[in-house]
Amino acid sequence: MNYSLITLELLAALLGLVVLVADLWVSPTVRRSLGLGLAAALCCLLAFAIGSLAPQSGSAFSGMFVVDDLARYFKGFFLLAGLAVVLMASEFAPRLGAGLSEFFALTVFALVGMLFAASANDLGLLFVSLELVTVTFYVLNSFQRTRLASLEAGVKYLILGGVSSAFMVFGIALVFGMANSTNFNVLAAKQKELAGSAVFLVGLLLILVGLGFKIAAVPLQMWAPDVYQGSPAPATAFLAIGSKAAGFVLLIRLFVGALPQITAMWQHLFVAMAAATILYGSLCAIPQRNLKRLMGYSSIANAGYLLLGLVASSYTGTSAGPTAMLIYLGGYAFTVLAAFAVISALANHVEGDDIGGLSGLGQRSPLLAAGLTTAIVSLAGIPPMAGFFGKVLLIQGVLAAAPGHPELYALIAVAVFGVVLSLYYYFGVIRAIYWGGQSANLSTIPVALPTRILLGACVVGILVLGVFPQGLVKLADQAVAGLARPAATAAPVKAAH
Amino acid sequence: MTAMDSLTPVLLTPVVTALLLLLVPGNLRVVLRAVAIVGSALTAWTAIGLFSRFHPGEAGLQFESMVPWVTVGPMKLAYHVGADGLNIGLILVTGLVGLAAVLVSWNIERHVKLFYVLLMLMISGAMGAFASLDLVLFYFFNELALVPTFIMIGVWGRGEDRNWAAFKITLYLTLGALTALVGLVALYVAAGADSLDVTVLQRHLAAHPLPVAAQVWIFPLVVFGFAVLVGLFPFHSWAPLGYAAAPTATAMMHAGILKKAGLYAILRVAVPLMPEGASRWLPLVAVLAIGNLLHCAWVALRQKDMNLLIGNSSLAHMGFAFLGIASLTVIGVTGTVLLMVAHALLAALSFALSGYLETQTGTLDMTRMGGLLRRMPFYGTALVMGFMAGCGLPGFANFAGEATILFGAWKALPLLVVIAAWSGLVIGAVAMLRALRAVLQGPERPEFARVADTGYWRRLPFVVLLAAMVLFGVAPGLLTTRIEPAARVVVAAHRASSPAAPAGSEAPAPAASAHSPGTPAQSRH
Repeated sequence: MNYSLITLELLAALLGLVVLVADLWVSPTVRRSLGLGLAAALCCLLAFAIGSLAPQSGSAFSGMFVVDDLARYFKGFFLLAGLAVVLMASEFAPRLGAGLSEFFALTVFALVGMLFAASANDLGLLFVSLELVTVTFYVLNSFQRTRLASLEAGVKYLILGGVSSAFMVFGIALVFGMANSTNFNVLAAKQKELAGSAVFLVGLLLILVGLGFKIAAVPLQMWAPDVYQGSPAPATAFLAIGSKAAGFVLLIRLFVGALPQITAMWQHLFVAMAAATILYGSLCAIPQRNLKRLMGYSSIANAGYLLLGLVASSYTGTSAGPTAMLIYLGGYAFTVLAAFAVISALANHVEGDDIGGLSGLGQRSPLLAAGLTTAIVSLAGIPPMAGFFGKVLLIQGVLAAAPGHPELYALIAVAVFGVVLSLYYYFGVIRAIYWGGQSANLSTIPVALPTRILLGACVVGILVLGVFPQGLVKLADQAVAGLARPAATAAPVKAAH
Repeated sequence: MTAMDSLTPVLLTPVVTALLLLLVPGNLRVVLRAVAIVGSALTAWTAIGLFSRFHPGEAGLQFESMVPWVTVGPMKLAYHVGADGLNIGLILVTGLVGLAAVLVSWNIERHVKLFYVLLMLMISGAMGAFASLDLVLFYFFNELALVPTFIMIGVWGRGEDRNWAAFKITLYLTLGALTALVGLVALYVAAGADSLDVTVLQRHLAAHPLPVAAQVWIFPLVVFGFAVLVGLFPFHSWAPLGYAAAPTATAMMHAGILKKAGLYAILRVAVPLMPEGASRWLPLVAVLAIGNLLHCAWVALRQKDMNLLIGNSSLAHMGFAFLGIASLTVIGVTGTVLLMVAHALLAALSFALSGYLETQTGTLDMTRMGGLLRRMPFYGTALVMGFMAGCGLPGFANFAGEATILFGAWKALPLLVVIAAWSGLVIGAVAMLRALRAVLQGPERPEFARVADTGYWRRLPFVVLLAAMVLFGVAPGLLTTRIEPAARVVVAAHRASSPAAPAGSEAPAPAASAHSPGTPAQSRH
């Protein structure tokens, strides 16, 4: 068995342990610099993950763990996100209080879970990696022990996360009972006969419930706004990017890669899920006054747009949908990280996360104002930002599948409606930054160098991915190309109609 | 092909200027203004150079350049720019209006740097939209102006309503643009081509025409989506409100230039690529255009605020443009493009004039003004010339455009032409003349005793715009010889598919429904 495939995960886990131990020797006054050291170490890991030393493609642990282009894409993605979150956390440190190194260590452990999720090719590993992510987030979300909102966020996430995990593990049991295996390859090979089994389908549906919780799709989105609002900003950022992307990579691997025929049977379910998620996120975001809560609803809406890719793939069986999802996620990462970098930097200077607190930001810190504006414009999907291209591709994917399926035209109308609504609430933030209200305090907001670098990198990333998306497109194409397995391509999707 | 013969420099100059502006410290206002003026002057100069080097009388693209941009699966997108008769005039006026917009912005005092950066982004967005031959690239550039518009109205706008106006203009423009985008993508999917390049699509669709059923539902998405950007009745209510609240330069760029991008896209994409859709849907557009001509002109007549007057009458002129497109004749389409160029100059001039008036009087309420001609002889003359051009006085480019449209549309849509000529020209003229009387003539008001005429340098933007209007008014051939070959291409597909459609089949439908918008107008005085 090829243990070298999990080198990256092992190194990351080791790094988390090192951070925990290092805490004993680092004096509290310089503990913030621990974050910078950790960031440097994550940079090395990232270099390792995308460099030539990285594990070659292959599978280990009886096919439980695979390394392919899709896994590599997401590993790079998660490492980048983790790096940014660590930098954010060191800026946010004064508000976290005691136990800063534990925060760093837990972030790294969540990252390990995500790295495993990127490679999970078995329902067992899927469950374990997701639980590793979820359990660390129970702690990360409630890390500001003295803030009631943070505790509330942690408890809500714990209860709802526990319930969804229970659903998922029950679903896995049912699937195992029918298929006699939890391996995706075996499921893929048997999907034709399993498609007729109601117990198997119920089991799969329960697994979808667990994944839907991760990505905050309707009807499992209830936790998102409260948790986003209450959690410390860096934890929210990691939840919005890492945890969501982990859910999506597993959705893609299970439903697009392994079980395309079942996915094709569930077309209408995915259409309804995507439409409801977009509508719920967009409509509920309108009255929000808290920036982090707004981001929570926006993250629900974005989960809906991402599901458009799954819808497209459930109708056509082509790779266009998942490619668009990966491109969208790539741009979304830089966008959300830029937004939360600003929120983290502001937390030390502005009480609360009210949108009103942004007033005068244009004068107080042109850098933060420009960074947040760029992120918001990208979220709204307006060129020349990264968010534009992904949205166009997702809509194009659905339109390509639409002829003959009126429900898809309705879905596109919903998506367009959602984007127009989103402009209303996103641009409310821009208004607050530049001309909303009178701010009593017009003092300059100092921004630490790491945050400047992070924000600059995110803004450059947003613009580069918006204007020159070819590189990302190539990576996404490659990642999705390896997904089609012989069994799936041999049995075309039209059989499901 | 040398670098001079490409459109790229004219696109890049404003972008580079914006980047340079970002490097200048925000408190050096003089430097910021100087950089912006030099950058926009260079853009205008490059645009003039391109216009003069353009070979008139030739069909096909000139100054073409193409670089692959993104390839996703089978879809190839490219940075493909080029000029023909449809856009060369618009590129020219974008340069001129951009320069004028920078020049009139001397009264901006707050956040000067941000203002000029956003203005430069608007100029590059408009240039890019007109130059693009790839539909995604077109959309990309067209949307570049959206965020600057929003921020400019909010930060430097006027009036209590500006918050609402900023949101309204943004939401309308986004709704229109997204609808059109869905239409464009649907067109790409239905065509089965491997690119969203207009030239590729044109060639592909000539060989494999779109099924009529597809054209019939894609065409309205594209046309009505873009028509929202232009302000076609009844999707027009954002325009006067937005322009009244916008700072002068933004209103000039938007009413003058960006609005034309929607018309340009209809002419470039919808009409030539979907001839069947065009013959089904354009009669409705023609009737709605009469809504613009009657309703907006009538509303303009009742305005007391000069910006609202200009905004509404500018919408009324858009009715002519839609009428020209709906005529589907070479003459009508040529006239539409001519009018687009002329109206870009006129709208920019009008908003520049009203903006200057506001800096002097502190108000735009025309009922409170009077006798200003004596105090401001140069300004007054410019205002008379501008508003006379708005009435359609021969000698200005607008007359040439409107007259050409009426000639072109006469055969296809006789009744609508009668209504248009009567309403657009007569009601419009009454509105303009009443405004001139209220502002310039009559007794002088004591509260405006300190109003001053434009200084020497401040005249430059007005002179530039007026000169271009008179030049194209006296010698419209400069434009029409360039436009006509391209206009032939636009209507060629339509001619080929349904030779007898426009005159026979369309007249009854508009005739029946055109009476209702006509009635309120007849009850006038």
